[in-house]
Amino acid sequence: MNHIMKIYGNGVVANEDVSLELRKGEIHALLGENGAGKSTLMKVLFGIESPDQGEIILHGSKTSIKSPQDAISKGIGMVHQHFMLVPSLSVAENIILGVAPKKGIFIDMDKAVKAAQDIAKEYNFDINVKEKVEEIPVGIKQKVEILKALYRGAEILILDEPTAVLTPQETEELFVQLLKLKEKGHTIIFISHKLDEIKKICDRATIMRNGKSMGTYEVADITTQEMSKLMVGHEVSLQFDKNEQHLSDNVFLKVRNLTVHNSQGVMKVDDLSFDLKGGEILGIAGVEGNGQTELIDTITGLNKKYKGSIQIKGEDIAKASIRDIRDMKLAHIPEDRMTSGCAKTLSIKENLFSNQYRDPKYSGKFFMKQKALDKRSDELIKEYLVKCKSRKQNVGMLSGGNIQKVIVAREFSTEPDIIIANQPTRGIDVGAAAFIRKRLLEFRDAGCAVILISADLTEIFSLSDRLAVMYKGKFAGFFNDVERVTEDELGQHMLGIKKDEVLEGVMYE
Amino acid sequence: MWNAILSPDFFGAILRAATPILFATLAAAIAAKSGITNMALEGIMLFSALFGVIFSSLTHSAWLGLLITVVIGGFIGLILAFFVLNLKTDEILAAIAINLTATGGTVLLLVAFSGDRGVSTSIKSVSAPNITIPLIEKIPFIGEVLSGQNILTWLAILAVILLHLFLYKTPLGLSIRSVGENKDAAESVGINSRKMQYIALVISGALAAFGGFYLSGGYMNMFTKDMSGGRGFIALAAASMGGNTPIGGFLVSLLFGVAQALANVMQLTATMPYEIILMVPYLTTLIGLGVYYYSQKKKKERLSGK
Amino acid sequence: MSSAKRFDVLRTILSVLIALAISFGIIFMVSDQPVEAIKYLLTGPLTSKRNMGNVVESMIPLIFTGTGVCIMFSANQINLAGEGAFHVGGLIASCIAIYVTGNVISPVAALLCAGLVGALFTAIPAIMKITTTASELVSSLMINYLALYFGNYMLNNVIADPKASAASYKLSEASKLPVLIDGTRVHLGIIIALGVAVFGYFFLYRTKTGYELRLTGENEEFAKYSGISIIKVILISQLLGGFIAGLGGGVEMLSPIYKRFTWTSLLGYGWDAIIICTLSRKNPLYTPFAALFLAYLRTGASIMARRTDVTLEIVQITQGIIILLVVAEQFLSKYKHKLIAKEAKAALKEEEAA
Repeated sequence: MNHIMKIYGNGVVANEDVSLELRKGEIHALLGENGAGKSTLMKVLFGIESPDQGEIILHGSKTSIKSPQDAISKGIGMVHQHFMLVPSLSVAENIILGVAPKKGIFIDMDKAVKAAQDIAKEYNFDINVKEKVEEIPVGIKQKVEILKALYRGAEILILDEPTAVLTPQETEELFVQLLKLKEKGHTIIFISHKLDEIKKICDRATIMRNGKSMGTYEVADITTQEMSKLMVGHEVSLQFDKNEQHLSDNVFLKVRNLTVHNSQGVMKVDDLSFDLKGGEILGIAGVEGNGQTELIDTITGLNKKYKGSIQIKGEDIAKASIRDIRDMKLAHIPEDRMTSGCAKTLSIKENLFSNQYRDPKYSGKFFMKQKALDKRSDELIKEYLVKCKSRKQNVGMLSGGNIQKVIVAREFSTEPDIIIANQPTRGIDVGAAAFIRKRLLEFRDAGCAVILISADLTEIFSLSDRLAVMYKGKFAGFFNDVERVTEDELGQHMLGIKKDEVLEGVMYE
Repeated sequence: MWNAILSPDFFGAILRAATPILFATLAAAIAAKSGITNMALEGIMLFSALFGVIFSSLTHSAWLGLLITVVIGGFIGLILAFFVLNLKTDEILAAIAINLTATGGTVLLLVAFSGDRGVSTSIKSVSAPNITIPLIEKIPFIGEVLSGQNILTWLAILAVILLHLFLYKTPLGLSIRSVGENKDAAESVGINSRKMQYIALVISGALAAFGGFYLSGGYMNMFTKDMSGGRGFIALAAASMGGNTPIGGFLVSLLFGVAQALANVMQLTATMPYEIILMVPYLTTLIGLGVYYYSQKKKKERLSGK
Repeated sequence: MSSAKRFDVLRTILSVLIALAISFGIIFMVSDQPVEAIKYLLTGPLTSKRNMGNVVESMIPLIFTGTGVCIMFSANQINLAGEGAFHVGGLIASCIAIYVTGNVISPVAALLCAGLVGALFTAIPAIMKITTTASELVSSLMINYLALYFGNYMLNNVIADPKASAASYKLSEASKLPVLIDGTRVHLGIIIALGVAVFGYFFLYRTKTGYELRLTGENEEFAKYSGISIIKVILISQLLGGFIAGLGGGVEMLSPIYKRFTWTSLLGYGWDAIIICTLSRKNPLYTPFAALFLAYLRTGASIMARRTDVTLEIVQITQGIIILLVVAEQFLSKYKHKLIAKEAKAALKEEEAA
């Protein structure tokens, strides 16, 4: 791929003059922070996006890839970060989807099942191909994805952050399989921002930053420090000057025997109890999907179906609406900023007040006070360093980091007592992330109670005062002294290998 | 009144009334399976009712008329697909636009073609024939119900079976369903989702055209202004109540046939003002929708354990 | 104005022009006197005071239903029962106008009840959505037919004047809205309509409730998360939308155009409202302009229909094409993308230079 340039419809330059060269039979890492343009580059290679400039050369001849179908026919397969499977269909049906064996005009289902079984056996994947995809665990779904690509004759396999949703054991298993694929002559593009994983299995690495390529390196010749330097532009340091903790005696949030089922009736939070006091940051680590979302949804009032009790500042919230809970001075940075954190077709100003427009400062009995809103918007834009043309600009036109800043500005400007920060820095640039982290600490110092959920363990370690690990709806680990915990230990708790019979310290009194 | 309801005539009337709804319901179902709400069915049926009359009179043949009408119906489906898929027009607004065009366009065309305003009295159209199948005719009661039904009614039942096989047994059907359920997934394996939705909408348009043709060339023998009378909309409700499956849609359509046939009987026995009786199909749909979605909601709530 | 906005305006104008061009094409195909027909269509409304009056008077119902739909669509409630609400609004207004003969009280009571009944009417799909989760779209389509047949029932059985055919008793003189300009039928309704459009704008863009509606309309998940009651939004948007549409029906019925209730079919203003709403980009303040355009076209078309062999219904085709093109996001999008890409590149250069 030579000199690829891609500009999105909203004016974001996602790739600027990026070149990438692959050798047959290598595992090539594509490294970069979220938003560095890795995914865009791969979408161009896979024919999902068309480049504004540049060319693709395959096996020595110039080619253009117009659609995923085109890419597949040229031997390129992609395993997406979000699985591309049809839930109501079986594994076999998913594998043969689009290239089904036929008997007359009908699908030859027997042959399809056999073909799926054969390819699974060939690559040593242990899968029951007759099961419906909606019923199998994440790790297996990923295998189905890889099989799908192989079934279609993929020689180049793009894996977009394949380990993000896996447990370490599943990751290990994946690595073994990837090395086998390499032996068989497949070329693999491994997208990640986890340096240790790249060190472990990749041959070469191309590093991206801000939509540009920072060069391609032999993994053996480059240290992780050097890689991280190229990736972020400066040495990452999350060493915040954390002030001494002033824990208040007030329990702001009291959760007892909380049990939550999701809409399919699966138990997601299992008899959970804990206290949260003013002046502390409680970090909750865990592999995604272990009940964090359901826990937060229940505390913030989005989900009202639960057993057990939740009290905010002594008040039970069983009958409280989301608005009531917000009125108890609770702020919530949502997990997914685009689905529930903002309205991208509305202006920055209109996005800044969704939780406080009823405040007498900003509205009378019926009407909103436009001047006050304008003034406050400008203040917040300045204070939170939101890069934009004006408060009238639509939020959807901003970059991810700036959208997150708008959300954080909105949530923090209510002077909350409790902050629920769910993945507050996911996928945003380093500067914005540091800014948000610093703010969280300031609130803690000011006596605010904070719950921090993050997939970024460094972030959890450097910010939390206490640390809990969620596994299958329970706290599989609970640490009062964060500094004593090693990442290794944390990992074991996250995977449920280590479950403290008697949890260290007390979660509640 | 009970005598009237238990007679073979009554069951025959159910089938007659269900036929146009059934075609439209199948049309709505295949569009929905591909992930698109085809609200333009109403307009397509209306256009087709007119084209059926015009082309069967021009060709002096119900079959040729039907063929041309169905091709045009598919073509309107294609236009809808072009706007929704290529030009990213909101599917509901695009459908409203097509329906508006149909309301005005049919009147305009009718005037231009024959000078008739509102009703196609001066056009000598050819209707699809009623048929009697020798063996079935002999079966008591059922024979009486089925014999003499319009051939389009038979075609509608055939269409249920064909559409079922198409959606659930062929590669194309599998692709269409996967596009409707998870478009990204389908695209990631190289299925051209746009092409699938194009195919679904063209089939949808063609099926609706059958229904429209039946209105003016089977159910009645002429075109009248706005004769689709909301059947395209009813079909949307019927399809979703039938889980967007052909078989489910068939059963729900029969239910509408029952409601309509009942209304006809009531009209004859004159127990109620006829304006109120005219409300029956719409009222049935409304209540049906309410009951269906309420039970779905309860089912979901039971699942989530409270 | 940003380039994106400028582009939107440009595209709307272009869409209208293309729709007109296609309509002219159709006229050429079906008519023996196409040039005449197009001339009447385009200039007919300007030829007399009476015709200009016709334009204004036909704007009135369009502004009402257009504003009602703007409010419902802004909250993303795709309720198409404005059509039926207009119908029952007119029906109730005439029922009251027939029997109540006091000055002032008659029109006021008639209009108020028209609005209230309209509100209750559009609330049916809203309540169904809240209690059963059935989408408001299909149920609103169904109740439009209920409105029609209920109206017919009332007309034939309750308020029918035995001395007239398919018409109610005469509406009382006291109920009629006064004519504002002599020699035309431009009546007080235009003032009420403009008031409603302005009200709609202030409601949607200046009040707390309007903000809640728009937030919900743009992203329901976000609104919920912010603590906004979605149920309240669903109800208020559709009650208010229906009230305005029903009021429109009442105003139309009390206008000098009608002496009796004679509606035996739905008039289509609910559907016209969709194009008004699309042209005004869901902002009620622009509905009078969109209504003016449509009313002009209609008046022109009816003059054309009277003088030539082209029927009035050509307008519905024009309308259909306009909707299709205006809401077609990708229509001319290549041009838009170029525009934005150019700006982005320029910004990039600036950054590098700095």
